[in-house]
Formats: sequence, structure tokens, C-alpha cells
Amino acid sequence: MEWLVSACFGIMIACGVYLVLRARTFPVILGLTLMGYAVNLFLFLTGRLHTNLPAIISENQARYTDPLPQGLVLTAIVIGFAMIAFVVVLSLKALGELDTDHVDGKQEAPPS
Amino acid sequence: MTLALIPLLPLLGAFIPCLFQNRHLNAASAGLIAGFSLTLLLLQASFVFTGDLPVYTRNWIPAIGLTFSFRVSGFGFLFALLVLGIGMLIIFYARYYIAKEDPMGRFYTYLLLFMGSMLGIVLSENLILLMVFWELTSISSFLLIGFWRHRADARQGAFMALVVTGGGGFAMLAGFLLLGHIAGSFELTDILAAKQIVQAHPLYPLTLILILAGAFTKSAQFPFQFWLPHAMAAPTPVSAFLHSATMVKAGVFLLALMVPVLGGTAWWFYTVSLTGLVTLMFAAYMALFKDDLKALLAYSTVSHLGLITLLLGIGTPMAVVAAVFHIFNHAAFKAGLFMLAGIIDHETGTRDIRILSGLKKSMPVTAVMTLIGCGGMAGVPLFNGFLSKEMFLAETLGPGLTGVMAWIVPLGAVLSAVFAVAYSIRMLVGVFWGHPAQDLPRSPHDPPAGMILSPGFLMAVCVLVGIFPSFFAGPLVHAGAEAILGPDMPHVHLAVWHGFNMALLLSMIALAGGVLFFGQRQHLFDAHEWCLRYLDGKALFESLVSGLIQAGARIIRFLENGSLQRYLFWLISATLVLGGLPFAVSRTPLLGPLPLTPLDPVTLVMGLILIIGAMATVKTHRNRILAIIMLSTVGLVVALAFTRFSAPDLALTQISVEVVTIILLMMALHLLPFTTPKESSKTRKWRDGFLSVLAGGGAAALAMAILTRPYDTISDFFLAESVPGGGGTNVVNVILVDFRGFDTMGEITVLAIAGLIVYALLHGYERKAPATDEMGRPWTKDRFPMILVYITRPLLPLALLFSAYIFLRGHNDPGGGFIAGLITATVLTLQYIASGIVWTRPRLHYDNHIIMALGLILALGTGLTSWALNYPFLTSTYEYVRLPLIGKFEIASAMAFDLGVFLVVVGSVMLMLIKLGAINSQDARTVSLSARAEEHMENNFLNETSSEKEIH
Repeated sequence: MEWLVSACFGIMIACGVYLVLRARTFPVILGLTLMGYAVNLFLFLTGRLHTNLPAIISENQARYTDPLPQGLVLTAIVIGFAMIAFVVVLSLKALGELDTDHVDGKQEAPPS
Repeated sequence: MTLALIPLLPLLGAFIPCLFQNRHLNAASAGLIAGFSLTLLLLQASFVFTGDLPVYTRNWIPAIGLTFSFRVSGFGFLFALLVLGIGMLIIFYARYYIAKEDPMGRFYTYLLLFMGSMLGIVLSENLILLMVFWELTSISSFLLIGFWRHRADARQGAFMALVVTGGGGFAMLAGFLLLGHIAGSFELTDILAAKQIVQAHPLYPLTLILILAGAFTKSAQFPFQFWLPHAMAAPTPVSAFLHSATMVKAGVFLLALMVPVLGGTAWWFYTVSLTGLVTLMFAAYMALFKDDLKALLAYSTVSHLGLITLLLGIGTPMAVVAAVFHIFNHAAFKAGLFMLAGIIDHETGTRDIRILSGLKKSMPVTAVMTLIGCGGMAGVPLFNGFLSKEMFLAETLGPGLTGVMAWIVPLGAVLSAVFAVAYSIRMLVGVFWGHPAQDLPRSPHDPPAGMILSPGFLMAVCVLVGIFPSFFAGPLVHAGAEAILGPDMPHVHLAVWHGFNMALLLSMIALAGGVLFFGQRQHLFDAHEWCLRYLDGKALFESLVSGLIQAGARIIRFLENGSLQRYLFWLISATLVLGGLPFAVSRTPLLGPLPLTPLDPVTLVMGLILIIGAMATVKTHRNRILAIIMLSTVGLVVALAFTRFSAPDLALTQISVEVVTIILLMMALHLLPFTTPKESSKTRKWRDGFLSVLAGGGAAALAMAILTRPYDTISDFFLAESVPGGGGTNVVNVILVDFRGFDTMGEITVLAIAGLIVYALLHGYERKAPATDEMGRPWTKDRFPMILVYITRPLLPLALLFSAYIFLRGHNDPGGGFIAGLITATVLTLQYIASGIVWTRPRLHYDNHIIMALGLILALGTGLTSWALNYPFLTSTYEYVRLPLIGKFEIASAMAFDLGVFLVVVGSVMLMLIKLGAINSQDARTVSLSARAEEHMENNFLNETSSEKEIH
């Protein structure tokens, strides 16, 4: 299981990195979103993998998963959304003012 | 408590002068506050003069050694008296000085802030608290120096002062942290007793240098002296305050404060005394050539501060006494002289010595006072400056100096004293003697009595102290010096006449030399001109600076070429190197000792879907809609992963955030181009691919290394205390709203700010979406499909009920404010999507700003309520209530906090999405056919019913 989760995390990071290195704003936003998912997953993983041990106190359960990373990630997910919204607005604003969605704000001649 | 109120009164009352429109009330309220503070200070006098040390302590953040504690030592008392006394005189003076056009209330607000911060420095018992006030003086002096914000020189001067003193403050903070670490406490009482430990510690030199950097920048010691003359751009009352009792004096205050713990070593002696000596001489020399009265006084201040620094560097008991005495004397005559320079400027319209001349006929009172002030500044007998200067000269010949220093220091001291006499004469004679000037901008006369009163009082002090030193200044200086020296305090008798000795001889030499210099000043000015021509320090400085700027620009052009792709390349590469190094160096195996958990087929399939989804996002990223769909599968699988690994709350959050994120991306895509052109070269693609594989591999290895290692967690506490302490069984939610409620509060604040930023960025922004898609096909006419419209409307109350349910159960089962907020935001957004903004907006008419603000106020209010009930901030409580029908249920105060979270989430998400949706003006104005038809019908119906009523 650990191998699979780590692989998923690594691939999300790899795809995210590739996308943020693109030259247009939209792929960069996609990449940031993807990396956001990955980082949230990673923070969650620091609590290790537990099956069927939710941190909800009950008499039928002796052990619980680590609730602290979950608390941290919960707010991180919401703030991650706010950040994506902010980047989206920046890209719209840049498109409006510079008339291009190139990340550097200038049209590059397409490669011949 | 009265002790803490001395600095807190001006700080907390600073806003009061701003409340009044009336200029008299502005000044009166400021004066009243300073007066209260002064009264409180004087109440401490009886303790101080009997050698007591009143201390007030209250814990603030004990974990980092920060206490809210104040003390009144004799030295602190002397300083606080100067700050408040001169401060009140300046408040009075400024009432007449500040012009009608200037905002007087704002001026007094800044002045009180500055006064309070300075009082905080001199009365703090805790070093970190002192640092806080130290930074506050930097900030409030920035505001004061830049008071005339329309003037470029004021802005530059303020900026320079802030950068130099702020930078020094930063170094000093580091020094304080080291000092506290070495001494084991941040309380001054403990630190001052730890001399041996501190000086034997290997970090002592570094600590010393860092703290000195802070003190030297603040008190404008060489080579940081340059900011002070530029700070003259401030209004003159500010300059008078800044140069006499506050700001620059904070530096020497700190030096004196540190003498008992850091002083007495070779490191201290050479650094401090040489810096003082160089500053003393250089600034005295520079002051001689300044034509602007305020510039002359500014350089004179730098020079006198150098003198005090030199005395503290010598560090013998008598030198410290002389330093304390000179701090007092200098404050008196320099504050007065600045006010007089302000009066001259005010009444004649210029401060240029070359233009001013012969004013003694038209401004006799001012002339007499300037005579006294200059007498003090030059060190003429019977004026206060003479006494401390003579003590200074005696110390330069004293046993504290040996070897070469025994020659250099007295020589430098006498030379600078000669300069001081010369520039004092130049100020006095240049302005008041000679032929009356004809071409002044205004016809000069003595100022109104109110304006002359403040400098008059100070000049009276100068003369009285000069003639009866032991009566007027003796006890203060004694208490002040004793607070520094403790048992080493020598017997001091301040007197005008000590008999004929070497110091007196040197004083006389300085006086005679100064007069001679002034007589021959034309030659000196020529020589100075000549020097300037060949040794132009300013040009040297400027060429050095411009060279640095050019070199910097070249580096910046290479690194920062405006290309995000390049920045990210550097950033990611650097991260890879830094992240990869530990892997390369470490000898421990990658995998830890924990056994691996078995893999089940469902999880494997989900994992594969995620991997395929992520890769497909990359593969299809040029077809943007497709890429969003691929991305959404990744988000959904992440939500499933949270469910799979025992995190139901995260799964709920992730899935609702996922929905709003995808909506957001779709909305953005409506305005952005639909496709990404192919423009990356082959090599670029390979390079990026290589980087991403490295990054992904590293990330996966890191995750593996973590997942297979055991760890200690602090969560056992949360698990154990969740039910008895927080009253909830859902530990994640209890952490959010109770244990770590303060974090959550910060986070919802960030969320609200993000919402506001999005709103502000898009305010007034309009952009038309293209009329057709990229293939040239027009959009469908039916923008709001009937089925969607009629499903979503009845869905709204149901979904709201559901989110209420999720919210209420959140404390005990998965759910809570964040999730309920996101669900509510989603269903509201759905209404907008289905029926269009034009239809929905008037029907859901509430202001999201207010929702957000209410949420923040509610969350903050919950915290403050517990505070008001004498519990720590955000302590929660709960009670079980039994209601008929519903049964037993629980009410926790944390629920009010969670409601705040809910409101902020709803408000900010809706604020962002609605604003984004309203960008496309066409969208906003077009009403869907169905909605329009329906509205029409509704109107008809309303009309019919109303007409029916009329008939009946």
C-alpha cells in the first residue's frame, strides 16, 4: 500500500511540476491545483496510513488515526482553493491588461 | 500597574488627538495625556531617589521568555523625565509651529506614539519587550519624519531613517536573543547580574557586535551617521524631539544600559570608544560647513552623541557619570536650539546662515536664548554644556586610557571641541550680528509668547544647571549613574569651579581655538572647498553606489528577466538540489522499520485511476476543457483516498472543494483561450520532463521514507481530551474549533482576505467572452436549460437543510463549519449556474462582505468572551441540554466559533465566484429565455392580483 500511495504522490508532483513550467497561464493553474492536491495528500500521509480507525471517539474502537495532520490539512484544502481563485483572477487580469495569456506577458513567436 | 501605564498611556491614547477638529483641542488632549503620564512617573520619584527599583511584571508569552514587565531605574527615570518633559514642551511649541493647512491631529497622534514607544524603551524590564518598543520608535519616527508626505525629501529622509535604524534593530534583535540565551533569561535584572557568564562565553564578541550595530545605527554613529541629517526634513518640533530626548538618544541609552554587562572588555573599549571618537570629530568638522541651521544642529547632534559614546567606551565610573550628565545637558540645549532654529525659520522664511544676518535688533529675545543655547553647545563656562564637557576632557586625560589611545583621544577631543566652539559662534554671530539682512522672505520679529515659552524654559534650565549644577541636576545625575554603576558609583560633586587643572586648560584652549578658527573661517572654507574638489566624498559615494547598482542590474537581468518559466526553473532546481542532498549524503536506508500494509485490489484500481488522471491532465493540457475533466478525477480519487485511510472529514472537505474548484476553473476558461498553443521547443520539453521526473521521484522517495518510519505524536493529548475537554467526539473538528482554534481563526482571516483581494482585483474589470468557440460555432441559445433550472430550485432548501445537519453534527461526527460552508456555497453557486446571475442575484440579495465580516466578528467574539470571563483566549465550554421531542443534545461555545467559520467560508467563496461570474458583462445582462418568460408571467400575475383587489 505504501508504495502505491507514494507513487501516486510522486506522479502528481511530477505532473504538477511539468505543468507549472508551461508557458501559458492555464496549464500553470492546472499544475498548481494538482500540486495542491499532492501536498495536501502528503501532509495527511505524515499521520501514516490507517484503515478504519477514524478519529471519532467511540467505545467500540481502541485505536485511532492521528487527527492532527487531518486538522491541518482540512484548513489547507480550503485555503488552497482560495489561492487557486487568486491565481485565476491574476491570470484573468493579466489577460485583460496585456492581451495575452503567456506567463511572461509577451507573445512569443511560435517556433518555426 | 501605574508603572506600565506610563508608556501605555501615550500609546493607547495616541488616537485621541485625531478625534478633534479644533487645533486647541488637538494640542490640549495630547498635552493632557503626556501630563498624566508625567504625573505617574513623578509618583515613582520617591522610590527612585532612595535607590529602590520598582518593577511591574505580568506574563505575556512565557514560553519564549517574553514578559510584560517594566522597571524604573534611576537612569530610566532620568530618561523618561526627559522624554515627557521635553515632549510636553514640544507639544506646546508645535501648537504654534504646525501650519493651519497641516493635519494637526495626525501630528499629535504620531508624536504620542513616538513618545510612548520611547518611554517603553527606557522603562522596559524585559529585553524582548524593549525590542518591541525599539521597533515602534523606528516606525513612529518614520511617520513623523515623513509627516509632510507631499515632499520628496521628507519621504526619502523617512525611508532612509527607517531602513538604517530598522536594519540595525534587526541585528540588535539577534544580539538580544544571543544575550538572553547566554544569560538564561530575558529579564534585565538577571542579565545585568550575569556579567561574568556573558563575557566568558565564546559568543560574546558576536553578541556585542550585533547589539552595538543596533545602538550605533539608532544614535547615528559613524559610518551610519548619514541618515540623521536627512531626517531634518521633518517638521522642526519633531527634529527637536528626535535629536534631544528620543530616537538617537535611544542608542546611547542602550549603550549605557549594557555597560554593566557588556562593558569593561577590550572588545567593548576599542569598538565603542573609537567609533565615538571618529563620530565626534567627523561630525564636528562637518557641522562647521553647514549653511542650513538645522543641518548644522544635526551634525552637532551626531558629534555630541559621539562624545557620549566615547565616554561610555572609556567606561570608567567617572566617564559614565559624565555621559549621563551630558545626555541630560545635551537634551536641554539641543531641543531648545532646534526650537529656536524653527522660530527663526518661521519668522524670516529661511534657515540659511548666508542669508540671515543682524537679527538681534528685530528678534532680541530669540537672540538672547540662542546665545544661551550656543553657550551650552560650545561649552562656555556658566552654561550647562561646559560642566559635562569639562568632565569629558578630564576623562580623556584620565587613567582609563593607555598607550596610543592616551594621545589620540585627548587630541581628538580638543580638536572637536575647537570645531564645536567655532560652529556655535558661527550660528550665533552669523544669524544675529552683522548688518541686518534686507532680502529676507518675511520681515523678522520675535515670535508670539506661546512659541518662545518652550525654548525659554529649556534655556532657563541650561543656565540654572550651569550655575547651580549640584542643586538642579545633582540628584538626577546621581540616581541615573548609580543605576548603571551600582556599587562602583564614585562620589561626585557637580560644581562650576574645580580649581585650576588640565581639563580647565583644555577647555580654555578649545574656546580660544574656536574663536580663532571662527576668525579665520574664510581660509578654512577655502581649504574645505579645495578638499571637496579633490576628495569629494559625495561623488565617491555616488560613483560607488552607481557602480553597485549597475553590477546589481546585470545580475538581476540574468536572474530576473521577467520570465516566470525561468524563475520556476531556478526555484525547482534549487529545491531539487536542497532536497536531494540529504538523500545523497545520508547513510541510513531509505525505508524505515515499519512493516508495509497489504495492498487490496480496490485501492490499487483507485490508485491507477489517479495516476492515469494525473498523466492525462498533462497529456491533454492543450485541450483545456478535457484537462479540467481529467484533473477533476484526480481530485475525486484524492477524496476517496482520504475516506480509505480514516479521514472522513477530509474526504467531505476535499469533495466539496473539488466541486467549487472545477466550477471556478470552468468560469475562468470561459474567458481564457480554450486551447494552449504548441510553443515549447523539444529541448525545453525534455528539460522540463527531466525536472518533473526528478521532482516526482524525490517526492515519492520522501513519502516512502516517512511512511515506513515510526514517530511520536502529540495527538494522544487531543484524543484523550477531546470528549472531557472539548465535549465532542469528532477529534478533527474539536482540534479545529477548540484546541487549535487560534490557528483556525488565522486561517479564516486569510480566507476572508483572499476573498477581498479577488473582489478588489476584479472591481470594474470587464471582459467579453468570445461569441463562438474556437471552431467558430456559436454557443447554444438555451443557456439555462429548463431541466436544470427546475431541479436546482427545489434542491436549494433541501441542500441548505443538509448543510445545517452537517454543521450541527460536526462536533461529534464528520462535518462542521468548513464542510457545511462549502456545501452551502456549492448549492448557492448551483442556483447561479442554473438560472444565471441576473435571475439569482436579486433573489439571493445579501452582501457577502457582511456575511464574511459577521463570521469573523463571531469567531473573534467567541474568543474574546472567554477572555473577558478570565479564561485564555478561545477557551470553550459546553453544556448538555434536554429538550422535549429532540432529547438530550449538547451546546458548545465552540459551535458559535464554528458558525463564524461557516459564515466566512460561505461569504468568501460566494464573493469570489459571483465576482468572477459577473466579469462577462454580456452574461450578466443576458437573461435566459426561460427566466425572462417566467419573470414576465410573475409580473402579469402580480398585476392581475393587484388589479383584482382594486376591483373588489
